[in-house]
Amino acid sequence: MSIFIDKDTTLLVQGITGRDGSFHAKQMMEYGTRVVGGVTPGKGGQVFEGTVPIFDTVHQAVHATGANTTVIYVPPPFAADAIMEAAAAGIKLIVCITEGVPVLDMTRVYPFVKEHGARLIGPNCPGLITPGASKVGIIPGRICTPGNVGIVSRSGTLTYEIVHQLTRAGIGQSSCVGIGGDPINGTNFIDCLAAFEADPHTKAVAMMGEIGGTDEQEAATFIKEHMTKPVVGFIAGQTAPPGRRMGHAGAIISGSSGTAAEKIDAFKAAGMGVASRPVDFVELISARLR
Amino acid sequence: MDLHEYQAKELLRAAGVPVPPGRVAITPDEAEAIATEYGVPVMVKAQVHAGGRGKAGGVKFCKTAADAREKAQAILGMDIKGLTVEKVLVTVAADIASEAYVGIIVDRATKKAVFMVSAAGGIDIEEVAATTPEKILYLPVDPRYGLLPFEALRMGFFLYPDAKLARGAAKIMQQLYTAFINAGCSLAEINPLVVTPTNELVAVDGKMVIDDNELDRRPDIAALRDESSEAPSEVDARKANLTFIKLDGNVGCVVNGAGLAMATMDLVKYYGGDPANFLDIGGSSNPEKVVNALRIITSDPNVKCILFNIFGGITRTDDVANGIVTATKQNPLTVPIVIRLTGTNEEIAMEILKANGFSASSDMDEAVQRAVALAKGEAA
Repeated sequence: MSIFIDKDTTLLVQGITGRDGSFHAKQMMEYGTRVVGGVTPGKGGQVFEGTVPIFDTVHQAVHATGANTTVIYVPPPFAADAIMEAAAAGIKLIVCITEGVPVLDMTRVYPFVKEHGARLIGPNCPGLITPGASKVGIIPGRICTPGNVGIVSRSGTLTYEIVHQLTRAGIGQSSCVGIGGDPINGTNFIDCLAAFEADPHTKAVAMMGEIGGTDEQEAATFIKEHMTKPVVGFIAGQTAPPGRRMGHAGAIISGSSGTAAEKIDAFKAAGMGVASRPVDFVELISARLR
Repeated sequence: MDLHEYQAKELLRAAGVPVPPGRVAITPDEAEAIATEYGVPVMVKAQVHAGGRGKAGGVKFCKTAADAREKAQAILGMDIKGLTVEKVLVTVAADIASEAYVGIIVDRATKKAVFMVSAAGGIDIEEVAATTPEKILYLPVDPRYGLLPFEALRMGFFLYPDAKLARGAAKIMQQLYTAFINAGCSLAEINPLVVTPTNELVAVDGKMVIDDNELDRRPDIAALRDESSEAPSEVDARKANLTFIKLDGNVGCVVNGAGLAMATMDLVKYYGGDPANFLDIGGSSNPEKVVNALRIITSDPNVKCILFNIFGGITRTDDVANGIVTATKQNPLTVPIVIRLTGTNEEIAMEILKANGFSASSDMDEAVQRAVALAKGEAA
């Protein structure tokens, strides 16, 4: 079991002929993801890697393949349109890897995706993986192993680091979801926590937040009120100065709000385990699985 | 990207917002000439990317053009929060009957552009929000329709019971919203929006922050960047496509990925050290990025030890190892280096480093502890 993706996921790759899109399409296929089509306007009719048909539009691709999921690797100026195109074509899970999407574009994309009944993950995210079943995005498959810990994070490599440490300690994952580092994203911590709570196979959850915004504080309230499964949290950016964007567009302390300290306090108030260092996840999660 | 007040005001003026006349000056002579041209009294205002300019003595009221010259002389070159004042805005001083606050931000919670308006203007809006939240009206804008006339008028009447002023303010709201959208802002504010004794509305101060992700498609806005107001190392890093933020510590950090970079800084602190910077070399494996990263970090005299922390997912650790070897051959290091890498092609990377006289660890905590000890001058 898992959240959002599994063996039945049938995937389109938007931007499949680009540098990143083609590289990661191959990686996903090697992992066993069912990549059923690609989309690059102007390249319809071509075939990717001898097996994957390429279409000019998402509409054509959905019609021909019945895909239920898409992953987007198009450059930032076109990403918002690519997301909306997928939603309008009836795709229900849209994963946008692209970094650098203007936030005002996202104010238009977000309600559009909702109205079409779709879920957007990202943008500016590594995507998600259900170890042993399916991977959508760029999370390296070999650091993951199947198991019963759910992972949700705003970061990429920090997540890999922690998943890697868990895997080495023999702790497998049900699904790992990178929700992205932008101020407006399609799926937040609470969406993922609720899905992990409902997934019978997930026994504990590790969440990695960072400075900026209040998503972690709201997640802590949700955990306290609605979750029966244990959650261990970590916040990156305890040493970040206020008013500076720490790489991610959303990782900024505005005035006195969005600090690591207030998020960690919220975690503690919700009775969660708090990892002071990435390595602490191993011990804290192990203790909660016993 | 922050705009200077004078730049924000030019954009507001172009959108139709009434802004007092004025221009920017870089010498006292120019300041005097501008004051003579537009007429006194004027305000001479330091143009730096820092709050609290007034408290720092960077904003002065001048009754004569000669006075403007003298005040500009004093303000130009002044240090405000570590930034040197290179420019002053000389602008006609408005008579003030009342001050309001009008701002728009992109709000993460509602996922919309949200107006914030308050009749308690001229001061820090965060303070108003914290102490007297009922004095602020929040109005989210539906991006499909933009700011609707009745919404703008509602905000106008929230500020001014007088219908003429309310209508005037509503018009300014529309103009501000247009400027906000057209410049790709994440924040735009007029503070204060002043009512003069003759019942005219004027935007006496303006502020805009541009979403960095907008700059590629708005070259006219990107051209407003003032590199003289940034740390030279940060300008250098941006040109090399690195995300770099200078801090005060002595452990120079080179990391791939923003989250891991923050976590690495935090771990340096956890083990009793102080990070010298945030630096994300990104997801690609380009050895040139490593070369640039090392050049930027070693130019900081505070750095006593360099710490690499690379998790090879997409990034190939052998590429990073090659980058380290190339960079240190070009510019031999004068401070110790601690390398931690793990993941893709780790074994090859370790071989490359070993063959070139470096040692490396695959354990993050061990590497950070070692870097902290070396930075303190302790044998590790």
